Amino acid sequence: MSALYRARKRQNAVLLFISCLALAFGLFWLVWILGTLFYEGGAALLRAQLYYQMTPPPGDDGGLANAIVGSLVIVGTATLLGTPVGILAGTYLAEYGKKSWLAAATRFLNDVLLSAPSIVIGLFVYTVYVARAKHFSGWAGSIALALIVIPVVVRTTDDMLKLVPNSLREAAVALGCPTWKMIVLVAYRAARTGILTGILLAVARISGETAPLLFTALNNQFWSLDLNRPMSNLPTVIFQFAMSPYADWHRLAWGGAALITLAVLGLNIIARVLFAKKD
Amino acid sequence: MDSATRPLIRTAVRGGEPAPAATALPAKLRVRHLNFYYGHYQALHDITLDIPANRVTAFIGPSGCGKSTLLRTFNRMYSLYPDQRAEGEVLLDSTNIVEVARDLPLIRAKIGMVFQKPTPFPMSIYDNIAFGVRLFERLSKRQMDERVEWALTRAALWPEVRAKLQQSGNSLSGGQQQRLCIARCIAIKPEVLLLDEPCSALDPISTARIEELISELKNDYTVVLVTHNMQQAARVSDYTAYMYLGQLIEYGDTDSIFIKPQSKQTEDYITGRFG
Amino acid sequence: MSAVLPISESASTEERARAAPPGPHASPRASWGDALFENITRLFALLVFGLLAAILISLVVGSQATLNKYGPSFLWSAQWDPVQENFGALVPIYGTLVTSLIAMLIGVPVSFGIALFLTELAPTWLKRPLGTAIELLAAIPSIIYGMWGLFVFAPLFQAHLQPALIESLGSMPVLGRLFAGPPLGIGMLSAGLILSIMVIPFITAVMRDVFELVPPLLKESAYGLGATTWEVMWRVVLPYTKVGVVGGIMLGLGRALGETMAVTFVIGNAHQLAASLMAPGNSIASALANEFTEAVGDLYFSALIELGLLLFLITTIVLAFSKLLLMRLARHEGART
Repeated sequence: MSALYRARKRQNAVLLFISCLALAFGLFWLVWILGTLFYEGGAALLRAQLYYQMTPPPGDDGGLANAIVGSLVIVGTATLLGTPVGILAGTYLAEYGKKSWLAAATRFLNDVLLSAPSIVIGLFVYTVYVARAKHFSGWAGSIALALIVIPVVVRTTDDMLKLVPNSLREAAVALGCPTWKMIVLVAYRAARTGILTGILLAVARISGETAPLLFTALNNQFWSLDLNRPMSNLPTVIFQFAMSPYADWHRLAWGGAALITLAVLGLNIIARVLFAKKD
Repeated sequence: MDSATRPLIRTAVRGGEPAPAATALPAKLRVRHLNFYYGHYQALHDITLDIPANRVTAFIGPSGCGKSTLLRTFNRMYSLYPDQRAEGEVLLDSTNIVEVARDLPLIRAKIGMVFQKPTPFPMSIYDNIAFGVRLFERLSKRQMDERVEWALTRAALWPEVRAKLQQSGNSLSGGQQQRLCIARCIAIKPEVLLLDEPCSALDPISTARIEELISELKNDYTVVLVTHNMQQAARVSDYTAYMYLGQLIEYGDTDSIFIKPQSKQTEDYITGRFG
Repeated sequence: MSAVLPISESASTEERARAAPPGPHASPRASWGDALFENITRLFALLVFGLLAAILISLVVGSQATLNKYGPSFLWSAQWDPVQENFGALVPIYGTLVTSLIAMLIGVPVSFGIALFLTELAPTWLKRPLGTAIELLAAIPSIIYGMWGLFVFAPLFQAHLQPALIESLGSMPVLGRLFAGPPLGIGMLSAGLILSIMVIPFITAVMRDVFELVPPLLKESAYGLGATTWEVMWRVVLPYTKVGVVGGIMLGLGRALGETMAVTFVIGNAHQLAASLMAPGNSIASALANEFTEAVGDLYFSALIELGLLLFLITTIVLAFSKLLLMRLARHEGART
């Protein structure tokens, strides 16, 4: 066995070992971060008052009820606004897009939009809406989040519709079905699991977004369901509370963070299971 | 054609009886009671045969008969895939390849393999050849240049590429790429060459050139060829093994197998009645 | 007016030939419905198409005041004085670039190691769960990273790691200046480290996907010559996939440049330019997050919006480039086979 071979063997062993270390490194942070989160936030999550008391003034204890509801309203509205736009645009790309330069360009720009910094989206909504309207509002926050939902839904709708086999479409058209009906009744049905998964992933993504809400929905100490006024939401509250010096507020911040993480991870897992079952 | 002048290996085998080489011809690879499994599915059943040194041996048979599977046990390629395993013996000289646990690269360096599709590495022609050599030897630039030229010459490719050694391996035609892969194997001076349907992706002219090459290569190497093209096996090989459903049906010198097969199954396949 | 049937990417030539418009339409009513539907979907596609342009334009309009006042000198001025109304982008730009660079320097090799493990070393039963675990890391909202960074990581960093770094690397001749200064726990180095943890899942996912695209025959050829696993990965797989890998790295870079919450908590929010990585600083995103809601005066607003514009331009260019590379890889793959 030559010296060269021995050196190669050693190099192989060392580098493969390092790659195992890299994996351990990644998993280590995952476990530590999630562990800290549920350790610190777990206690807060289990206290019922988190869910029915309002956000307290500085130094006091309380709950996150208005923030939770506010988040639900904003995320829900954003989903309702963004999903139809995303599905229809994605439909154009998949069904009518083969011969069109618009489709190719849109697909490309959509992917760029997908990864654009969310704080810039918030800034955009501020300059075109909030500055004009002269006040922060739940609508502005919803629109900002909708702008994040749209590229995700466009992408998954496009991909899922492209996976529907042509033979299915041909069968419908051969029966005399007009194209638009074929798309709505046949193609959408065939792709529905995938599209739904895309929507769930988009919801999971916006549930955790803070930056776009910082200058659109802002925050609201009180209970408010009025989308026209600043609306309380979990991420902004967490940001405010965490950066403060008060221990009570820190506790609530951890609780809120744990709640959001559970929601996001839960949605991701549901989306995965749903998609896997379809196969 | 005259059975007296050529060492004869003629036995119809069915699981268990060996088909040893005649004493005049040493065996380079000896397979004994080899079984192979993909997960729970048994793909090779009790294979026993000898591959003679410095000859071309062909494995033929219909799709799925196990000829490629058998070939790939010879260089432990199946070890890359966790659910594939082999039991039995494949003896290269005196080492049982199946049981080698460490230093597999050293064994593989002795056994070269060319695949159905040409697989040039994403580097220059020169570096493709040098890749394998650099793994095992430290050569000066001059020595490496000589080795590259030598390998390309033996693979009948040198005149066509001598002026463009720095170009990418992908810039060659299909037939040239396959000869590049052969040169790449030869450069590390193996003892055995395994060719897994090397011409199946090539046009007839490239195929003819490679068949010529195979006939020359056997002077220095033991060649095992898997082919689904019977005429190719008849043209190029000295010994032929007919396989069916993971079993070795018949093994003998090529002329005898093709002119007077002993087993009806072999005869049916060769005459095109089936497969 | 007819729609061409969408052709899936792997259509055979026969399918392509058959996929002509499906015959004369049944009735005028049907084609009216078709036209309407097609135009509605086209409208929304146009909306998406126009969104990027709209963002760009609105940001340019919003930063008129500082664009007019400073012109290009905004980029290299380190001033940031809201009282005197004097602004410059150098500190936030520097912070953005430095934290992203640190994130890449740590994140790329680690991602390569994980992707190598996932494709070559992991036993089959482990591949799926591990891949899922890494993807879960990607799903964790960034504010969690920020909070964890501030409350858990920074104190430990300050108490143990930073003093060690300052002692060992801080006393070296040239490198020392990067690691000088009091251990604060927060600062650009901390922000960079946390950012690296955030980008690892993204880069790993892309690397793993392109590594799995490598034809098995190519890897087998290399193994067949007697190469070791590392040699196959480093000398054959990586060169083969280099376009996709670079695309994935740029994707991660785009992410790191634009990340707000993870950085804001730990970067220290100081508008100062310091040589040491241990010092607090600012990134564009964190400056926006911290100051936007309290900004007063047109010039202040305009300065912040111009920062946003700069960030948008930088990330859009990086992301567009990454997309082009990944598209080139996809086309190349198709051409090869």
